[in-house]
Amino acid sequence: MSSTVEGQTLRKTALNALHRSLGAKMVDFGGWDMPVEYPSSGGLMKEHLAVRTGVGLFDVSHMGDILLRGPGALEATQWISMNDASKLQEGQAHYSALLYPEGGFVDDVIVHKLGNNDYLLVINAGTREKDYGWVKKNVSRFHLHADDVGDYYTQIAIQGPQAEATLQKLTNVDLSQIKNYWFKHGTVCGLPNTMIARTGYTAEDGFEIYVPSDVATSERVWNEVMAAGKEFGAIPCGLGARNTLRLEGRMALYGHEISDTINVWEAGLDRFCKMDKGDFLGRAALEKAKAAGLTRTLVGLEAVDRGIPRDGYKVCDAAGAEIGYVTSGSYAPFLKKNIALAYVPPAHAALDHEVFVEIRGQKVKCKVAPTPFYKRAKKA
Amino acid sequence: MAYPKDFKYTKEHEWIQVTGNTATVGITSHAQESLGDIVFIELPKVGAQLAAGKSFGTVESVKAVSELYAPASGKVTAVNDALNQTPEDVNKDAHAAWMIKLELSNPAETSGLLSADDYEKYVAEEK
Repeated sequence: MSSTVEGQTLRKTALNALHRSLGAKMVDFGGWDMPVEYPSSGGLMKEHLAVRTGVGLFDVSHMGDILLRGPGALEATQWISMNDASKLQEGQAHYSALLYPEGGFVDDVIVHKLGNNDYLLVINAGTREKDYGWVKKNVSRFHLHADDVGDYYTQIAIQGPQAEATLQKLTNVDLSQIKNYWFKHGTVCGLPNTMIARTGYTAEDGFEIYVPSDVATSERVWNEVMAAGKEFGAIPCGLGARNTLRLEGRMALYGHEISDTINVWEAGLDRFCKMDKGDFLGRAALEKAKAAGLTRTLVGLEAVDRGIPRDGYKVCDAAGAEIGYVTSGSYAPFLKKNIALAYVPPAHAALDHEVFVEIRGQKVKCKVAPTPFYKRAKKA
Repeated sequence: MAYPKDFKYTKEHEWIQVTGNTATVGITSHAQESLGDIVFIELPKVGAQLAAGKSFGTVESVKAVSELYAPASGKVTAVNDALNQTPEDVNKDAHAAWMIKLELSNPAETSGLLSADDYEKYVAEEK
């Protein structure tokens, strides 16, 4: 396995040596040398199930972070992102996206309101430089600083029904008081003022913590969380499980369900796009696109016949004509089915409608399935 | 990893056990390990004619699709259909979880394949 791509050195998180010492299978993910699965955890399937039934740990330090700070921070956030950041309270976060004037996605983001003049955007790893450049350019007329603070943090995701019980042992913050998509600052593993967010990318309950990115601190926190979760069967989880978990939960992945050539309406992310909040980048194009109507829409597919629909495979109608393509597809470890997300014309999007995914020359029957494929039970 | 001495191996990570002019074929322990959790296996039908070095099916893990290559030419005489239901058997014991049986059309072909020792060396170099 090569550690360089086209002469470029892969970037490493502070936990890289730890992943390697655990024997993780490493891959190039958006220019980062990241663990895809840990044979020592029992592999992808075990990792996926640990998050659904117990608790799993992910190193997500490759994610980027952009801090918008200054009196114009809210105005700038409103201009560059599609959700309504004015509705956020201090300590609250929401899913949003950065859009091009043409209506396509620059990236999807989680916007955190740290304070009245202080917003944190958590962005994708593979788009960090692009996003930061784009943000900097588009907020220049507002009164604020935009800083790329991604390298300051090791971000660890603790995910699963036992995430709260695991992390509670290590912090003075009452985690039961943090609602989904809210966050607090407190002491974690002896580190004061650590951000603890009830967020994740697994369609499961869980937290993401942001700790200083030096190797010693990062490894110490990782190991302490692992030890705290031991009684719940905590295991390290890689990007492979992260992908199948998010797919079961129908969460978009940049470059798959969303991209610069796909718009919000097609991706079905309407509820995160607030057209009435005032003008924002991409709004005019979205208005036009809405008036023109949809030519394709994102649907869930479940394979009826044997076969695994995968990213990029063609979707055909009953007559064999190509009507769309799969954006993400996999065996779903918890649901034990072969599932996919795909773009098809609205005429083919009704539930239970039959379509055919071309797998190595064969047309495999699939049906349109409700999404999210997996939804966690609400707490009583 | 113990690679049975009475098997021969391909550089594409299949094993073949030859008895006279019949043979049994599967994938190696190294192959299942690098694939990870195997969730889908597609095999030919009984009666299919295979050509040495050509694809005869696929094996899929959660993450990836891999082709299966015939270690030798011949006619498929049996298929391990149980693997449709329990593809994970290949992860559990790749050298026991056979995939197909062949009637070899040219048993001499298999003399060019790797011995257990050579395969082990080959895998070590590949890492």
